[in-house]
This record gives sequence, structure tokens and C-alpha cells, in this order.
Amino acid sequence: MREVAIVSAGMTRFGELWESSLRDLFAEAALEALAAAKVDRLDSIVVGCMSGGQFVGQEHIGPLMADQIGMAGVAATHVESACASGGVALRTAFLEVASGASDLVLAAGVEKMTDGADVTAVLATAADQELEAFHGITFPGLYAMIARAHMQANGTTEEDLAWVAVKNHRHGALNPKAQFAREVKLEEVMKSSMVSDPLRLLCCSPVSDGAAAVLLCPLEHAKRYTDHPVKIRGTGLATSTMALADRKDPAFLDAVQLSGERAYKMAGVGPADIQVAEVHDCFAIAEICCIEALGLVEKGAGRHAARTGLTALGGKIPVNTSGGLKSKGHPVGATGIAQAIEIFEQLRGGAGARQVKGARIGLAQNMGGSGASSVVHVFEGV
Amino acid sequence: MAGIVGYGAYIPRNRIKAEEIARQWGKDPETIRRGLLLEEKSVPGLDEDTITISVAAGRSAIARAGIAPAKIGAVYIGSESHPYAVKPSGTALIEALGIAPEVHVADFEFACKAGTEAMFVSLGLVESGRVEYAMGIGADTSQGAPNDALEFSASAGGAAYLFGRENLLAEVLETYSFTTDTPDFWRREGQFYPRHGGRFTGEPAYFKHVESATRAILKKSGFKPADFRYVVFHMPNGKFPLQAARTLGFSKEQMATGWVVNTMGNTYSGSSPTGLAAILDVAAPGDLILITSFGSGAGSDSFVLKATKLLPERRALAPTVRSMLDGPRRYLTYGEYAKFREKIILND
Amino acid sequence: MPSPRNWREIPARYRLEAARCRGCGKVVYPARRACPACRGQEFEKTMLSWKGKVVTSTVVQVAPTEFQMEAPYAVAIVETPEGARLMTQVVDCDPGAVQPGMEVALVFRLIRREGHGGILCYGFKAVPAA
Repeated sequence: MREVAIVSAGMTRFGELWESSLRDLFAEAALEALAAAKVDRLDSIVVGCMSGGQFVGQEHIGPLMADQIGMAGVAATHVESACASGGVALRTAFLEVASGASDLVLAAGVEKMTDGADVTAVLATAADQELEAFHGITFPGLYAMIARAHMQANGTTEEDLAWVAVKNHRHGALNPKAQFAREVKLEEVMKSSMVSDPLRLLCCSPVSDGAAAVLLCPLEHAKRYTDHPVKIRGTGLATSTMALADRKDPAFLDAVQLSGERAYKMAGVGPADIQVAEVHDCFAIAEICCIEALGLVEKGAGRHAARTGLTALGGKIPVNTSGGLKSKGHPVGATGIAQAIEIFEQLRGGAGARQVKGARIGLAQNMGGSGASSVVHVFEGV
Repeated sequence: MAGIVGYGAYIPRNRIKAEEIARQWGKDPETIRRGLLLEEKSVPGLDEDTITISVAAGRSAIARAGIAPAKIGAVYIGSESHPYAVKPSGTALIEALGIAPEVHVADFEFACKAGTEAMFVSLGLVESGRVEYAMGIGADTSQGAPNDALEFSASAGGAAYLFGRENLLAEVLETYSFTTDTPDFWRREGQFYPRHGGRFTGEPAYFKHVESATRAILKKSGFKPADFRYVVFHMPNGKFPLQAARTLGFSKEQMATGWVVNTMGNTYSGSSPTGLAAILDVAAPGDLILITSFGSGAGSDSFVLKATKLLPERRALAPTVRSMLDGPRRYLTYGEYAKFREKIILND
Repeated sequence: MPSPRNWREIPARYRLEAARCRGCGKVVYPARRACPACRGQEFEKTMLSWKGKVVTSTVVQVAPTEFQMEAPYAVAIVETPEGARLMTQVVDCDPGAVQPGMEVALVFRLIRREGHGGILCYGFKAVPAA
């Protein structure tokens, strides 16, 4: 396999972008990435999108997006893995370049969630339709069950969850592209309305529009496009049972652990080598579970990490410096690519006020459903 | 001899007090309490309907009978609130209870008499030897129009009776039916609430049919009112059955056990069958029991039953009517009740 | 839920039909073609008990449109004595009282309706054990 690098990135602001359609969002991010690398041709486009079909009634995303950026004729593929669609698009693009099949591949993610669809119901289609959604469970509901199981097993408290939101908003306040670029106080989180007991509104990521794109090429070509490429050292994708009920321990995200192990192994690194990480904090409890499953903290210690500052900017292992899904926003299909962009910028010193000094190795973890799919990438600045 | 081999009842846990309904419409609650003898009534949850009530009651009936469900050869559900206008209620029940597919199924409707009608036909099929076991159910999630007198009584619940020829819990000694064309209460196709003829529902309808049927079955069976330990009449409100009992020569004591209307309300097709279930919950071997239903339109079915030695041990196998009437309840405000009964117009 | 799909799921939803793997004995609910534990493909039909214990739970305050009339409602993962785990609403009690460890009975209820004119979908819900 060839070594692969990211050489440029493009990303819309995340938020309620009333003026932009699904195709506008994609085009804005994609054209920005192409312009940054001064590229006017592509071998292939891979687009992650959870549900154009349900959110805006649009399927057949691949050719639509190629056409929108004036690249009709180019190979284009739509990949879907619920909220991990972006991360899986990145992995697919990585494998395409690594295999030697393509030299220049655009990996993108896009979602338009605010066009009037029943968002709760659409997101619930990423749960098991027959065993879960049928009974009226929602995504906040599934993660609330994970939270309650985590509370039972580890003594995690509502306040521990709230600290994750406080920390990520503190990071997001420094990110001009974040949907909610403002700090929140602990009391504000604790008093916000209950969405699904014990998860409150400010422990949940928002409904967002947005798109993100990165350009991949073989590492040996990278300097043609940028002085500061970032190498993708490892990728890992794993699945777990679709239904939360079928997991031995509902408080443990085994697909996250497995995808992390695979990515670490391929990269030849371990959790101790990671200097900055973006993890899938769709709900505050998810960040706690993910940093445990990835080995960034000890199992059971995740609940203290945000409060003690361990995972804050300036801490030992800063997590979600972008603001995470919580503050930056969560246009589901775009999230995995946006996470990769944050690490891409961190590893080439371009993260501005959010910069983790001297960061050389970083990780991004993107998750689908209640953890039925998880994809991890390990990056290195070169 | 044929008779009842299993029975079961189900009453939802939601209640609304007559006082709460009266307050909504500016009526005097005392008038309702004293005039109609109604304290409160059961209300179905959003997830309860004639089918779920029938399944719950039917499951108890099978448990008490201790038979394999697949042996049941006929199932009839009597109701005026079948959830579908077209598509049977009974088909869902036979799948849920493991009775399908070798079974004859039909939904019955005869206003408040559809339950005893289902029992009557079930008994006949068993007696004829056409089927080994047959189940007759009366269940309703009754509707009464807002601000109508019916709103104080129309409630939810039902009872299921499994008939067979062996291991009887109660023998059926006699039956009788009395039917005429009397438009005292009706609901036209597509209409949400039933309408009624006010006081016309009394003398020419309820009393004429209940009294005629009861007198005739007494004559046919040779029993006198005093021979019965328990008697139950259809209970459109608290007052009517007590008045019919007085006219026919039955005492308050004979009526007390089956007269569940004051806290249950009128479960329409489930009314007198649930009263009968409350009686079977306490009857001693050898006790004679009389039941006379009434359905608007109009007609009455009467049965004379005799409790057997097997009854006391079998009734312990499922919940009693009193345990459901007196057990955990949730009292609704009129607003909650209006939501539960879908009386609020919502956007699609 | 379209009518054919609802019909196909009747044995599992109405009667709690499950499958016991002949290879490893795992009870799989609902039945599948391959055992998730040992990948065996030989099963025998088995019925779950209409009771169980809450493993974890939540109270859904913000519900999908179809369930908005019922919110707030409790949803739980319930483990039956056979070791099968199923997700279900817990009703007929204060939703806040539903907590891990609670004993429940399963009952037959209306789960959802397809608008005003569509089919009615029945299945099981949990209620506090008597």
C-alpha cells in the first residue's frame, strides 16, 4: 500500500444555514479544498452523507455533487454509515489512494438537516428500525440509556456530563466556524431542559447544516500541493451489534475500542502517543465512553477528564479542540471530515487560538448510530 | 353439559371522576352522583383499545381454563368500538394468544349487548359439538359525546368467556334472548359519537327488554328471584340496573357484587360480562347466578349459571375485577382525558 | 410501518417468538438466519416469558412526531428469564420510577398507528410487575 496524505481542506461554517442547499454546502467546501491545493482535476470523489433521501428527498448524491463542481465524468461514490458517513468516506478515499487505483481523491461529507424534515425521526432510522425505533426510542434516548448504564457501573453523574459540554463550548468559542461559538456555564447546562433523562439539551449536539472536504493524494506527491501535508498513518473501522440491547455492556462502546485498536496497529502507535484528538461527542456521555474505549483515559476515569482539565486545551490530552459536535455543530454526514480537518490544522500548526503546541500525532474518531459503527484515523504532521 | 371453562376481565388503570367531568361543563356533580350513581369511570390509555383489552381478558380466560390455545375453535369479539371499521379485531387476538389459524373468527356489534351475543353464539357452538372450545368476548373503549350525559358513563374494559364441555367453572343451565327493533341509541357509519333518544332509552328500551328477558328466563328455567345468590344486569348507569332489580324482585345484596358501574362506568359490550366476572371472582360452588344484558336497538340476552367446585381454585390464576378496580389507578384531569380520548383536534 | 412489514413481524411482536440456537443454546430475539454468538444456522422455536428485568432505561421527553402524544414516556432494555434482551416502553407507572433492576411484566398493547387512515401496529410493552 502507498502512504497517503491530506494536502488541503475546505469547510463551510456549521449551523442553521438557511440560504444554502445540500448541493451549495458541498460545493462551497469542495471548491475551497480544490482551490487551496490549486487542483483542477480529480480521479475520484467520495461523499459521506447520512440521509439526503430523508432530509431533502435527494438520493444519488455522487453524480449530483461531481456535477455541481463541474466535474461530471469523474468517478463519484456516496458512502453511508449514519453519523460516521464522513469518517467512512475518508477511509474509502484513503484506501483508494493507498491501493494505487487513484492519485487525487476528494473525500467530503455533507448534510442539510434544517429543510423541514422530522429530524428526530430521520436520525432514529440509524437505530434498529424493527427492534428500537419501532418502540419510540430516539437517539438522545439511546445515549441516555448508555449514560444511565455508565452511571450505574462507574458512578458517573449528571454534573460529569455537564462538564463535557462546558469544556467543548470553551473550545468552540475559539472556532469561528462553530455553530455555537460561545461558552456555557455549568449551571446553565444543569438547568437546561431534559431531552431524554438523564441527558439535558446542553448535553446534546445541535441540528446543523454543513459540509467539509479534504483532498488526498499519495504522500510522495504531497509537496506538489502544499508545504504542510498531513499523513494518514492508520485507519480502523469496526462494527458492533446494531441494537443497543444486544450489547453485553450497554455502557461500553466496543466498536470504538476495536476501531481504535485497528488504527493504532496500522499506525504503529498507542494511545499514549496521541497529542490531540477529536472524538464523537454527539452527546456528552459519548465523549466519556469514547475516550475510555480509545484508551486515552483509564476505563471508568472518563467521567473526571473534562472537569479536571485533562482533556481541555492545555491539558495532557486535549479532546475536541474544535468545540466537538456539541459546540461546533453536527451536520451528521459532514462531521467525520470536519474532525479530520481539525486534526489536519492542529498537526500543521494552523489551528490559531485552539492550537495544541507541538502536536505531531493526532486522532479522529467518528461514530454511527448508538455505536454500531466507529471509524478511527491516526494522523501525523510531516 | 356445556358451560364456562375460563374467564378473564381487564380494566385500564386510568380513571376520571364524575366530578371532574361535571366541573368542565358547569354541571352539579352531586346530581350525577345521586342521580346516576356514578363516582368515576375507567379511561383507556393511548395504547389501549378493544383489541388490547380483549387480548388481556382472553389471556386470563385461557390461564384459568388451563387449555392449549390452539384447541379453541371459535372466537367472537363483541364491541361497538372495534379499532377498524373494516378488518376484524379477532384476527389480531388469535395471533396474539396462539389460537390461529384453525379457528372461526367474527366481530360482533349490537350496541352494549355484543359481548353476551358473542358468549351466546360461543355456547351454542360448543353445545352443538361443532367446536370443542369457543371464546366470546365483550370489550369496548366507549365514546360519549362531550357534554352529553353519556360522557359520565362511557368507559373502557371488557371480559372474555371460554366455553367448553369439561372441567366447567360454571354450568350454563338456561339461556334466553328478547329482541325488537327499537331505535333508542345509535351511531351512523362515519360518525364519531353515538346519539340517543334521551328518556326514550329508559322505559321502552332498557327496562322493557331487561325485564322481559329476565321474566322469561325465570319462567323457562323454573327458578324464582330468591333462588339466585348473584344477579347482574347491564349497567348503562348506576340507577337503571337497581331499578330493574327492584321491579323484578331482586335484592340489593344479590346485585351488590356485579354492580361495578359506580367506579368502572359503562364499558358497553363489556359491562354485564365484567359484572359477571366480578361475581365469578367470589361465587361459591353451587351458587346460582343470573345475567341479563341489554343492547340498544334493542335486545337482551339472559343466562342462568351455576358455579362449580372447580371455580375457587381456578379463579386464583388471573387477576380479579376488584383488584383492577381498586388497584393502582391514575386520575386524569379533563384536559388529559380529552387528549386520551382524542377529543382534541391536532395537526396531522 | 407498511402493512407487509408489520405482518411479517407478528410472531415476534404478538407472541414473543424467539429462536434457540441448537449449537450454543443462545436465545435469539427475534429469530435470525445466523446465531450472533456462534454463527450456527440451526434453531428451534422458543417463546419468551412475558416478564423480565430492566437493564437500563430513559425517559423520552422529546419524542418523534408519531409518539408525541405519549411523551414523556419511559423506554428500557428488558432482559427476560431466557436471557433475551429487548427494547420496550414501560407504561402504567410514573416514567421517572423506571430504573435499572426493576421487575416488569410484558403486556400486549398498541405501539403505533400509521396516521389516521393507516394500519395499527400492536406489540408488547412493559408494565411494573404485580
